[in-house]
Amino acid sequence: MSDLLRMTDLNVEYPVGGGRHVHAVSDVTLAVRQGETLGLVGESGSGKSSLARALLQLPPPQRGSVLFDGNELTQMRGEALRAVRPRLQMIFQDPIASLNPRRRVAEIVAEPLVVSGVRDPTERTRRVRAVMEAVGLDPDLVWTRRPHEFSGGQCQRIAIARALVLEPKLIVCDEPVSALDVSIRAQILNLLEDMKARFGLTLLFIAHDLAVVKSVSDRVAVMYLGRLCEVADSASLFATPAHPYTAALMAAIPVPDPDIPLGDTKLKPGDPPSPLDPPSGCRFRTRCPHAEARCTTEVPPLREIAAGREVACHFPLIG
Amino acid sequence: MSGAVSGAVSGGPLLSVRDARVGFGTVRGLLRAVDGVSFDLEAGRTLGIVGESGSGKSVLVRSLIGLVGSGSGAIVGGEVRLDGQDVRGLSAKNFRQLLGRDIGIVFQDPMTSLNPVMKIGRQIGEGLRLNRGLNATAAARRAVELLVEVGIPEPERRASQYPHELSGGMRQRVAIAIAIACEPKLLIADEPTTALDVTVQRQILDLLQREQRQRGMAMILITHDLGVAAGRADDIMVMYAGRAVEMAATREIFRGPRMPYTEALLRSLPRLSDPTHTRLSAIPGRPPDLARRGTGCSFAPRCTYRSERCEAEEPVLSREGGRGFACFHPLNASAGTSA
Repeated sequence: MSDLLRMTDLNVEYPVGGGRHVHAVSDVTLAVRQGETLGLVGESGSGKSSLARALLQLPPPQRGSVLFDGNELTQMRGEALRAVRPRLQMIFQDPIASLNPRRRVAEIVAEPLVVSGVRDPTERTRRVRAVMEAVGLDPDLVWTRRPHEFSGGQCQRIAIARALVLEPKLIVCDEPVSALDVSIRAQILNLLEDMKARFGLTLLFIAHDLAVVKSVSDRVAVMYLGRLCEVADSASLFATPAHPYTAALMAAIPVPDPDIPLGDTKLKPGDPPSPLDPPSGCRFRTRCPHAEARCTTEVPPLREIAAGREVACHFPLIG
Repeated sequence: MSGAVSGAVSGGPLLSVRDARVGFGTVRGLLRAVDGVSFDLEAGRTLGIVGESGSGKSVLVRSLIGLVGSGSGAIVGGEVRLDGQDVRGLSAKNFRQLLGRDIGIVFQDPMTSLNPVMKIGRQIGEGLRLNRGLNATAAARRAVELLVEVGIPEPERRASQYPHELSGGMRQRVAIAIAIACEPKLLIADEPTTALDVTVQRQILDLLQREQRQRGMAMILITHDLGVAAGRADDIMVMYAGRAVEMAATREIFRGPRMPYTEALLRSLPRLSDPTHTRLSAIPGRPPDLARRGTGCSFAPRCTYRSERCEAEEPVLSREGGRGFACFHPLNASAGTSA
């Protein structure tokens, strides 16, 4: 499979006053292959949402390259970037906040067509109706209604319809089901899987819930404090995590089965450090049970330890 | 990890709730947020209350402690007894005393539940001064001890800091210190880890469980996360559309749910043990509008086992072999009476 998206040495920094910067994303190199779902996992402050925004050039990253479908996005501005955007769409966490409350549903879903220059109203109506039906919305029932008349799950369907209407190649899904109740979450995850198959989509799926990520992702990337810890195919990563942080995350998940004993995260006590002042060397070392002197001085590079498995750790758990 | 069911009342439970009701008057009519819920909780046990948004789990518990009441425009009914004492019959002053001494509360978001302009040590000591008669020096000393107990490093320094100077996990530890300061008999934790990351969540749940066991407190753990409930609760009450639809020992809920909603909820969860791209069993439709509830079972429109009776008649929570479920077509009939 070829790469649809390739980020190289991506760096995102935010000024926070006093000449200081938050290092939200540091030296991330990551590819999304044509037709796959890549899950991106991390806790708050890991930089996963900053990474998503940077690749969409919202705003562009401070350093690094984003190669999407043959275009170097970081070198493009204005009209040129607008020409690429239809192929690159996004779905956000809060479906209600991400829809304009004053617009009717038909206008919301048609907006990307208007922006990208589809001038024929008949053509627009045809495409909006088709995509609404695809996501399980009845066009005749929802057409003139406004977002506040819908539940969170229905709003997320509207947001998915809006992302699909331009027939994109890649959709970045930033915590698309985190705000939804369990019974609705399954509906939306199933819908995303169906849409991926039907429209031949590639997905970058960002979430903090490992069980959700595993259920949809072919490969998974784990981030901690702005750096990648581990990238592997889903089955191997969950069977044998190579990075101590991945192992801790998995052990910390509350499993909905009272007969499975709680796992041991093996984490050192204490809170995650601030991204304002990340630890030297390996950023996980302050909580890592295996940290040694080398981890303080040397940043572990992301390296291949087996076919299709990369880990950024001096002392990986396997290999 | 005993599997005993606390359904049968003999020695008198610590907390006894009968036919709790909370309604809100809306322009569309009376919204019945909690509609006739009864349960008992014994000392030393943890009851997990699970349900989705709008199921009434938070409103129920907040009404027990007077946070939802006539002052907030709600119509509250039913009987609540703590240690045999009728809580609803107390004067405002006596009720405040009871709350301060016997009930500790931990909320979801410590940033909004802590006072942003009061130093942490003073917030912890406040209840001790008001309810336990400690003087300022003794309360301050006890506050530092409590900070040690909830695992906060450099407790003396932290005691003189403000909430914004702490991380989310630290703030929740402070909230727990406040909740346990007066040695309550009952600890209520309302989504205590929902705002926290998974590795921090684990630490906070461990802390809550340790304190609950050491002090022999009863705990009500409200959560939307079935995984959290599975690992921490002795018994579970499942709520749907303002009603308790199933009540049983935790293991029985997960091994043999009787109510179809409980089963559907468990089946809709993505599981780490399933391979990638396993199709999830979504529950079709969505919860009912609580202001326009029709006759019959609230879950019937989404239930695969529904019959005509379910649409005409409301199933009451029946008890069978120490567990309760509100359904005319209960599942796992053989599992119901096993010990």
